[in-house]
Amino acid sequence: MDAVYNRPFLQAGKMPVSLGGYLETNSSYFQTDGVTDGLSFQIPRLTVFMASTIKDRIHFLTEIEFEEGGREIAIEFASMDLAIHPLLNLRGGVVMNPIGAFNQNHDGPKWEFVSRPIASTTIIPATWSNVGFGIYGKYGFGNFVWAYEGYITNGFDDQIISNDQNKTWLPASKLNPDRFEESFNGVPLITAKTAFRHRKAGELGVSWMGGVYNKFEIDGLPIDARRRIDLFAVDFNSVIPRVKTQIKGEWVWAFIDVPDTYTQQYGEKQQGGYVDVVQPILTRKMFGWEKCTLNLAFRFEYVDYNVGTFNETGGTISDHIYAFVPGISFRPSAQTVIRANYQYQLQTDLLGNPPARTAGFQFGFATYF
Amino acid sequence: MIKNKKLCLFLLGFAAIIFVACEKLLPGAPAQNELLDGPVEGLTSEENSKFLAGDVAFNDAIFTVENGLGPYFVATSCGSCHAGDGKGHPFTTLTRFGQSDTTGNQFLNLGGPQLQNRAIPGYQPEQIPAGATSAKFTPPANTGLGFLAALTDAQILANADPNDLNGDGISGVPNYISAPFFFVPQSFHQPLNGKYIGRFGKKAAAIDLLHQTVNAYNQDMGITSEFAPAEPGVNGVPAYPLANPEVAVNTVLDVVFYLRTLKAPIQRDPTNENVLAGKQLFTDLKCASCHTSEWTTGPSDISALSYKTFYPYTDLLLHDMGAGLDDGYTEGIALTSEWRTPPLWGLGLAKNSQGGTYYLMHDGRATSIEDAILLHGGEALQSKILYEALSDTDKQNLIQFLESL
Ligand code: HEC
Ligand code: HEC
Repeated sequence: MDAVYNRPFLQAGKMPVSLGGYLETNSSYFQTDGVTDGLSFQIPRLTVFMASTIKDRIHFLTEIEFEEGGREIAIEFASMDLAIHPLLNLRGGVVMNPIGAFNQNHDGPKWEFVSRPIASTTIIPATWSNVGFGIYGKYGFGNFVWAYEGYITNGFDDQIISNDQNKTWLPASKLNPDRFEESFNGVPLITAKTAFRHRKAGELGVSWMGGVYNKFEIDGLPIDARRRIDLFAVDFNSVIPRVKTQIKGEWVWAFIDVPDTYTQQYGEKQQGGYVDVVQPILTRKMFGWEKCTLNLAFRFEYVDYNVGTFNETGGTISDHIYAFVPGISFRPSAQTVIRANYQYQLQTDLLGNPPARTAGFQFGFATYF
Repeated sequence: MIKNKKLCLFLLGFAAIIFVACEKLLPGAPAQNELLDGPVEGLTSEENSKFLAGDVAFNDAIFTVENGLGPYFVATSCGSCHAGDGKGHPFTTLTRFGQSDTTGNQFLNLGGPQLQNRAIPGYQPEQIPAGATSAKFTPPANTGLGFLAALTDAQILANADPNDLNGDGISGVPNYISAPFFFVPQSFHQPLNGKYIGRFGKKAAAIDLLHQTVNAYNQDMGITSEFAPAEPGVNGVPAYPLANPEVAVNTVLDVVFYLRTLKAPIQRDPTNENVLAGKQLFTDLKCASCHTSEWTTGPSDISALSYKTFYPYTDLLLHDMGAGLDDGYTEGIALTSEWRTPPLWGLGLAKNSQGGTYYLMHDGRATSIEDAILLHGGEALQSKILYEALSDTDKQNLIQFLESL
C-alpha cells in the first residue's frame, strides 16, 4: 500500500520537482557442490527517481533504473496521477503491476537481505512494469484502511514457455524489446489488488493478474488457441508490538495454459513465496549516529516451478528450490542499510534427482539518496 | 566511545567467525566416484577449454522456437534427456518406428525413424503411421564413450561369435550400418560390403559419436546442421531441407569432443568383500561373456585416451535377448530381438539421474537391477537361470557388485 509514494525524497518542501533514488551494491561468494566462481562485486542497480506536482492533485513520478552497471536501462515507472478523490485516482504511463507486495516495494534499502526473494522475481517477474492505465484509491475507517488498485496494461508473451531456462519462466517476457511499444497479442493484462491495513495488526493484500500470453492469430488467421496466464498472490506484513519483530511475506500461485502436446518441461502451475522475520536487537546511538538499529533477520523461501505429475509415470515433477537466509543488518538511518547474509539453497531438478546444494555469503549496502 | 569499542569488537569478531566457519558453511564437492560428469584425467588446457565448450552446448544450450526447436521434437536439450550425463527417465524416453525385417526402414518418407511426440504450440505432434512397428528407447548414460570410440573394429570383432563356434550359447554379432555422407573412416575401421560396425545406441546403429550427435540434434530436437540439413518429416510429410543450419558445425564438433572426453565412471567400494564375491559370481554366471569387463585402447589423437585400460562391461555386440525383449523393430542388420550389450559402468549411480528410481533395459521397463536380470532371455537365458538358482546372499552380493560399478 502506498509503496510508490512512500519514499524519503518525496518530502514536503522538496516539491514541486524533486530528485532522488537509491543505490544497491554488494559482494558475494557462492559455492555449488564444491564449485565456486569466486568472489565478485556487483552494483545490481542504481535507480533515479524524479517527481513533480504539475498542478494541485496532478503528480508525475518516474523511476529509471540502471541495472548491472548500466548495461540495462529501464523505465520501471513513469506515470501521471490524477487525484479526483481519495477513493478515485487515475494513473497512466509505465506502471508497476500490483501483484503481490514485492513488485511495488522492491527498493533495495527497504530490505534486510542482499538477494531479492526468488518467487517474487522468478514467478512474479519483479520488477514487472508495463504501459497502461488504471485507477486506485483508498478509504479509511477507524483503525482500518482499505485500498484498491486496478490496471489494464500490455502483458506477457510466449517466451514464458520458450526460453533458455527450460522451464516456465515469466521473467522471459521482459526480454521482449517491443513490450513498451505494443501488446504482443492485443489482449490486455488485467491486474487488480485490494489490501486492508489495521493500524496495529498490519496489512493483508490479495491480488490477481491475468491475460492471454500467446499469439493466437496473425493477420486475422488463427494459429493457436488463446492461452491464459493467471497469477494470484497473497501478501502480508506486520510488526509484533513491544518486541518489534517485523514479519512479512508473500505467496504466489501461477496458472499457465501450456499446450498438452508441448513438453512437460514447461510447467502449467507454479507456486512459491517467502517469509521474512526481522528482529531489531539494538536501537540506540551508535558510532555517533542517533537512532541506529541492528537487526537479526531470517528468510525462508520456496519456489516450485512445475507443480504436477509426469504423464509417463504419474510421479511428481520436482523443479523446486528451498532457501534459508539468515542475516544481520545495520541501519545507521532508516534510509540506509548495511547487510550481511548467509544463504543456503537446495535446488532439485525436474526429475527429482539429488539436489544441487548452493551456499554463500553476501555483504553489501543499499541506500536512498 | 567505550560502548562503540565493544560494538566494533563484536562486529569484527562476528566477521572473523564467519570467515573461519566459511569452509564448513559451503557445500563441498561430492566424491568423484559419486558423479558421472567431469572430464577424463590428463586433458591439456586446450582440451579442457574444448570440453567446457561442449559441456555448455550439451547441458546449457536450450532450444526454443526462436533458435530452431522443432516444430516437432522430443526434448529441448541434450541435458534434458541425459541429466548429469546419466541415464534418462520415461519422460524423455523416445520411440522409433519402422518394420521388423532388415531390409532398411521403409518409413523414412513417412517421418521415420523417430517419433517426434511433442510439438511447439500450434502444431500437432507426429503419430506412428499405420503398419509400422516401434520400440521405445530410454536415454543411456554418456560416460566414458571416448574409450569405447577409441577401440579398433578388430578388437570388437575378436569377441564376435556369430555361429557360436565355442558352443557357449552366446553368439554376439556386430551391427553393420550404411555410413552417412559426413562419416570419416579411421584407420581402425573395417568396413564390410561398404558398411561399418555400429557401436552406439541400443541397437548399435551409430558408427561413431559424430553420427550419434548429428542424429540426436536432428531427430530428438528438430535441429538441423550441415550434417543433417533437413527438418525431420512427420505425419506423412517427408523431411524438408532448411536453408540455414540451426546449429553450427563447430558446436556439433565441440559436443562430440565433450562426449569423447567425459570420464569413465569410477567404481565405488571395489574391495568390499560382498562386492568381490559378486564380481566372482558375475563371471561364474557368464554375465561377463557379453558384459566384457576389461578393454585397452590403442593410440588416440587425445593422449588421455591412448593406451588406457577401462572397465565398461560391454562387448558392443548384438545379442538375441529372446521373445520378451523382442519389440518387432529393427535398425541396421540387428534382428528385432537383438540388442547391443549396454555398458554396466555407472549402473549404481543410475538412480541419481533417473529421479530416484531405476529404469533399466532399452525401454526402462525394469525398475530394479534384479528385474533387469530376470528379463534376460535368448542367449542370456542360461545366465538368468543360473541367477535364479543363487542363494539370497549370493543374489545380494551380485547386485551389490553391480551397484558398485
Ligand atoms: C529425447 C531425449 C534425448 C535427447 C534430447 C538426446 N538424447 Fe542422446 N540418447 C537418447 C536415447 C533414447 C538414446 C539411445 C538411442 C539409441 O539407442 O539409438 C541416446 C543415445 C545417445 C548416445 C549413445 C550412447 C551409447 O551408450 O550408445 C549419445 C552419445 C548421445 N545420446 C548423445 C546425445 C547428444 C550429444 C545429444 C544432444 C545433441 C543428445 N544425445 C540428445 C535420448 C536423447
Ligand atoms: C547374451 C548376452 C548377455 C548376457 C549373458 C547377460 N547380459 Fe545383461 N544385458 C544384455 C543385453 C543385450 C542387455 C540390454 C537388453 C535391453 O536393453 O533390453 C542387458 C542388460 C543388462 C542390464 C541392464 C542394463 C541397463 O543399462 O539397462 C543389467 C543390469 C544386466 N544386463 C546384467 C546382467 C547380469 C548380472 C548378467 C548375468 C547374470 C547378464 N546381464 C548377462 C546382454 C547380456
